[in-house]
Amino acid sequence: MTRVTLISSREGKPPQPERPVSLYEKRNQIYPKLAHGKFRMVKWFVMAITLGVYYVIPWIRWPRGAGIPDQAVLADFEGEKFYFFFFEIWPQEIYFLGGLIILAALALFLVTSVLGRVWCGYTCPQTVWTDLYIWVERAFEGDRAARMRLDLGPMTFNKVWRKGGKHAVWLLIAFVTGGAFILYWHDAPTIARTFFIGEAPLTAYFFAGVLTFTTYMLAGTMREQVCTYLCPWPRIQGALTDEHALNVTYRYDRGEPRGALHKDQGFAGRGDCIDCKQCVQVCPMGIDIRDGAQLECIHCALCIDACDDIMRKVERPTGLIAYDTDRAVSLRAAGQTSTYKLLRTRTVLYAALIVIISALMLWGYTSKSIYEFNVLKDRSPPFVRLSDGSVRNGYTLKLVNKSTTAQTVNVSVIGLDGAEFEIIGIGTAPHGGTLTLTPEAHGVDRYRMLVTVPPHEESDDDRLIVQLTDIHSGDTITADAPFTTGER
Amino acid sequence: MTDQKPDVDAHSGVETTGHSWDGIQELNTPLPRWWLFIFFATIVWAVIYMVLMPAIPALPGTGMTNTLGTRGHSDRALVAQEISALNTERAAGAAALVSASLKEIETDLSLQQFALAMGESAFGDNCATCHGAGGRGAKGYPMLADDVWLWDGTLDGIETTLRHGIRHSEDPDTRQSAMPAFGRDGLLQDKEIDDLVQYVLGLSGGSNDAAAISRAAPIFAQQCAICHGAGGAGNREIGAPNLTDQEWLYGGDARDISLTIHNARNSHMPAWQGRLDDATIKALAVYVHSLGGGEK
Repeated sequence: MTRVTLISSREGKPPQPERPVSLYEKRNQIYPKLAHGKFRMVKWFVMAITLGVYYVIPWIRWPRGAGIPDQAVLADFEGEKFYFFFFEIWPQEIYFLGGLIILAALALFLVTSVLGRVWCGYTCPQTVWTDLYIWVERAFEGDRAARMRLDLGPMTFNKVWRKGGKHAVWLLIAFVTGGAFILYWHDAPTIARTFFIGEAPLTAYFFAGVLTFTTYMLAGTMREQVCTYLCPWPRIQGALTDEHALNVTYRYDRGEPRGALHKDQGFAGRGDCIDCKQCVQVCPMGIDIRDGAQLECIHCALCIDACDDIMRKVERPTGLIAYDTDRAVSLRAAGQTSTYKLLRTRTVLYAALIVIISALMLWGYTSKSIYEFNVLKDRSPPFVRLSDGSVRNGYTLKLVNKSTTAQTVNVSVIGLDGAEFEIIGIGTAPHGGTLTLTPEAHGVDRYRMLVTVPPHEESDDDRLIVQLTDIHSGDTITADAPFTTGER
Repeated sequence: MTDQKPDVDAHSGVETTGHSWDGIQELNTPLPRWWLFIFFATIVWAVIYMVLMPAIPALPGTGMTNTLGTRGHSDRALVAQEISALNTERAAGAAALVSASLKEIETDLSLQQFALAMGESAFGDNCATCHGAGGRGAKGYPMLADDVWLWDGTLDGIETTLRHGIRHSEDPDTRQSAMPAFGRDGLLQDKEIDDLVQYVLGLSGGSNDAAAISRAAPIFAQQCAICHGAGGAGNREIGAPNLTDQEWLYGGDARDISLTIHNARNSHMPAWQGRLDDATIKALAVYVHSLGGGEK
């Protein structure tokens, strides 16, 4: 049923028996030709959107109150918070980020099982920046044929300025890319200013440098090798795709047998492919799509544009290369009608998982408390016997107020018979009494608490439970710690 | 010397050292090139380092301990720099501690948190050696977290003790009192001391030797009551401990009490004024007060 051939177009001749096989394959420079058509338009559009999002997002302002950068998207390491518009994540809630990563992975799986490698073809940063770099290259050196001529020709002034200009613009783009990266970790207007007067943190220069270098290398010189050799995704994709996934497919049922088109000859008795190799020339990966589904193919659909152009010229229907499934192609080849099956076990499963995890995260986020409350017992001394025989334990209350306003909470002690308590600097509460705390907005406050249990009332269940009651909402939150008497 | 061609081992094609032991020859394999380069590089680096950094011990009489190096590096200066940087960093907080009263520090939560953090680290450095972590105390070193105080457990009282110490001979304002060594100085006979031990134990219900107690009653009234009070309840003005409770700084069994009466125990605490700055002393006072023993 399936026809998945993994034939590399660069496979050489069989090795000579007397010579050892070399595992190194020299890279052949690829000169992708500019394609015209609807998928090229879609790719320009997606490039504009993704680059725009990347460069612009850190500049979006979002009022957050005094002392906090007014930035909509910010990973604030100094303040130990992560901001995303109205979401605010504290270090102890980092599992929300874990959930986001799981969601992103599942979304990728779902999209792959329905539409194949659209991530690779349109939105992967490697694809977007490589596309941008090839656009710059084309602007300086011309299209495929001109670039090949230039590379073969001698070193002339013309060649020097074209190559030099290209690399200069590449470096500029790389620096802007690396520079924009650090804006996500600091207040953008501040870091943009301090960066150039030498007052930014060392890490900012380091990461700007690293990203400048990697952008230049990966998008400028390494290009398709990143996808073929470095990226794990093509391997993982092998497990995710199946004969029902929409892939950029050469419809061999229609195209074969291929052959050059002669003027006086019609298409009767032969396939539609005229072997013009336009699909190969526009391919940024340097492969021949007619070899079938292959590891290197990023499914950018530029060969569809190139082939459709030719089909229109030879007055044949377009879509010799198109988004299609292996199953549909083989059905047609066997003379049956092709069908497309969207609802499959894996697509339903991925979609269901995405819905469930999103719902869980949303529920978790909306129902999380604005407080984080812990009671830490003194280790030394573990307990103190007072002169009247009563026993006292010391504690530290750690109260985090994650909201943006000051709050008021009542503190009470439950679980210890006859326990009185004192919070240093706040006051003393008799048995059953309460004290009031006013934790500041975005505050991490520590209070020192002493709990005294009178003589002859030491309980067996010697655990201290401290309860906070929000006086506005009435919500309660408790934390507990051991109470030691030295009696055991 | 004759001009000789080096022997070459036929099997490996490597030059030999020319030495032969029972027909066994040693190959003169050169050191790997990469190894040599690293070796030369370290020699070059060592010379550069000696010029840049303090390296060579100087001769006596030159007034220097070592060559200084062109970079002017000094570990001592770095430490001084770090300390002054720390002081600069906490200058604002320390100034606030100095200008506020102890009560204000304790009730203003931001000042309190600063003082407790500063006090905790200063306590660990200077006080915990004797008083233990968290002021848990030890035999001979008072527990600071309970409600029994020899001298004064209020904020101001703790600050006074910190500043002037206890029986610290170099501070005229130190807390001063001295119990006589009744046995060692021959003020009381051993027999009388034995009776007194029973009497003192009896004050907190630890003895029922009625005969010894009645024998010792007049001695207690004559020798001890002037400081410890007629009932043995002590006197905080002069740091005389309460003998009727269960708290014993130097141990509460018969042998410990006997030793105390015989030799007296006049332990010392140094005065910290002059050693620690004002802010640190005030932070320490608030910290010790917060340990649990603080009196209002």
